[in-house]
Amino acid sequence: MARQTRGRWLVIAVPYLWLLALFLVPFFIVFKISLSQDAIAQPPYEPVFDLAAGWEAVRGALEQLNFDNYSYVLSWDNEFLLAYASSLKIAAISTVLLLLVGYPVAYGMARAPKSIRPTLLMLVILPFWTSFLIRVYAWIGILSPEGLLNQLLMALGVIDEPLELLATDTAVYIGIVYSYLPFMILPLYSALEKMDETLLEAAADLGCPPFAAFWKITWPLSLPGVFAGCLLCFIPAVGEFVIPDLLGGSDTLMIGKSLWTEFSVNRSWTVSSAVAVLLLLVLVVPIVFYQNVQTRQMEGR
Amino acid sequence: MRKGLSLFNLSSLVLGFTFLYLPIVLLVIYSFNASRLVTVWAGFSTEWYWKLLENDQLLDAAWVTLRVAFISATVATVLGTMGAIALTRYGRFPGRMLFSGMIYAPLVMPEVITGLSLLLLFVAVNFDRGFWTITLAHITFTMCFVSVVVQSRLVTFDRSLEEAALDLGCPPLKTFFIITLPIILPAVVSGWMLAFTLSLDDLVIASFTTGPGATTLPMRIYSQVRLGVTPEINAVCTILIAIVTVVVVIASVVTKRQEMERQRAERLAAAG
Repeated sequence: MARQTRGRWLVIAVPYLWLLALFLVPFFIVFKISLSQDAIAQPPYEPVFDLAAGWEAVRGALEQLNFDNYSYVLSWDNEFLLAYASSLKIAAISTVLLLLVGYPVAYGMARAPKSIRPTLLMLVILPFWTSFLIRVYAWIGILSPEGLLNQLLMALGVIDEPLELLATDTAVYIGIVYSYLPFMILPLYSALEKMDETLLEAAADLGCPPFAAFWKITWPLSLPGVFAGCLLCFIPAVGEFVIPDLLGGSDTLMIGKSLWTEFSVNRSWTVSSAVAVLLLLVLVVPIVFYQNVQTRQMEGR
Repeated sequence: MRKGLSLFNLSSLVLGFTFLYLPIVLLVIYSFNASRLVTVWAGFSTEWYWKLLENDQLLDAAWVTLRVAFISATVATVLGTMGAIALTRYGRFPGRMLFSGMIYAPLVMPEVITGLSLLLLFVAVNFDRGFWTITLAHITFTMCFVSVVVQSRLVTFDRSLEEAALDLGCPPLKTFFIITLPIILPAVVSGWMLAFTLSLDDLVIASFTTGPGATTLPMRIYSQVRLGVTPEINAVCTILIAIVTVVVVIASVVTKRQEMERQRAERLAAAG
C-alpha cells in the first residue's frame, strides 16, 4: 500500500513541479522584471537579485523596484493603450466572424450522414495540423496587389485597378478567421453532434417552423460549444503576433506586435514585461471563464 | 427519416471547406511554377525543390527543428499522460485547482507571454540559450495539449477493467502498462503527434527562447517571408504539408481500424 501511494505522488509531482518551475515561476519573474529598470548590462535590467550577496543587498534591490514601466505603458503618449484596445476590438470582431462562418459548417457536419462525418472531421483537423505560419503565408500570395485575388477580380472585370488588401486590417481579419476556424468548428461540432434530433422532429410535428425550432432548441443546446469555441479563439487572438505582423499594415496596432517590437527592436525587457503583465490582467477574466467551461465539460461526461 | 443534406447544409459545407483548403492548394500549385514571379504561371517545374537541396541554411534549420520536435514531443507525452492520469484518476489532492489551471492555461495563453516569461526564466537562472532552451520551452507548452487529449480518452473508458486488475492483486504500475496504456494508446499517439507538429510549427516561443546557433525552420521561413513570397518557400511549405497530410491520414486510418477491431472483440466477448 505504501508503494502504491508513493507511485501516486510521483505521477502527480513530476508534471506538477515541471509546470510550477516552467510555467508559474516565470510569471513571477516577468512581474519582478516589470518593476525593474533597463540597464546596459548582462542581463539588461537592474536590480538583479543576488541571494548570495546577503539580506542587505536583497533589501536594497527590493527598494529599487518601482512602477515606472507601468506609468510608461499606461501613458496616452505611447501607443500601448491604443494597442490593447485595438487588439480587443480586432479579436472580438474576428470571434463574431468566426462564429458566423464556423456555425453553419459545424451544423452541416453534424447533420451529414453518419458515414461521412469522420472524414469531414478529419478534413477540419488537417489544416490545423499544417503549420500556422504556412497558412498565414499562403494568404500573402492571394491578397497582395498583384496577387491571385486581384488578378481574378480584374480578369472578371469587377475592378479596374488592384484593391489594397494586404497590409490592412481586413487582411488581419481574414487571417485570423482562416487560421482559427478549426478551433471554432470543433467545439461547435461536438456540441451539435450530441444533440438529440428527435427534439427537432417533435417541434416540427407540433407545428414549429424550422427557424423558430433552431432558435428555441438547437441554439440553446449548442451554447457550451459556442462558449468554448469563442473563448478558444478570442483569448489567443488578442495576443496574436504572426498574423498582424505578416498581413497587417504599419498602422495595424496589436499588443502582441507591440510587445515583440518593444522586446526585439527597442530591446527593453522591462517595458515588454510590463506589457505582458498588463496583457495577462486583461485576459485573466476570459481565461478563468474558459477554465470553468473546460472543467465542467471534463467532469460532466 | 432525413436523407442526405439540405441545400443549405451542403452549400455551407462546400463553402467552408473551399475556404479552408483553397489557399493551401494554391500555395502547393505555385510551388511548381517555373517562373520566379510567384503570381505569373509559366509552366510546370520542379526546379525550386532541387534548389532546396543546395540551401544549407534551410536544411540545418530543418534538422534542428526535427530534433527539437522529436525530443520535446516524447518528453511532453510522458509528462502530459502523467498529468492526465493525476487529474482524472486521483480525485482530490492538495493543489489540484492550481494544477488543472496550469494544464489548461497554456492552451490559450498568447505565445508572446509564454515566450517572454520562459526567456526571462532562462536568463534568471543563467541557462545557456540555444537548442535545449527551445526544447524545454516546447515540452512545457505541448505537454498541456497532450494532457487534454489523453484526459478526454481517460474519462470515457470503462474503469472497471482497471479496478478488476487491481482487485486481483496486479500492482498499479503493471496495471497501467497492461490495461490502461493499451486502451488509451490511440490518444497517447495522437497526443504525441499533436505535440510534434506544434513544436515543428512554433515560431514565437522558439524565437524568444533561442540563442546563438539554434535557428529553427519556422524562424528561417519567417525571416524570408518578411521579404516577400518566393517559390522556394512555397516548395518548403509544400513538403511540410505533404508530410503532415500523409502522417495524419495514416494515423487516422490506423486508429479507425484499431477501433473497429476493438469493437468486434467486445461484441465477440459479449456474445461468448
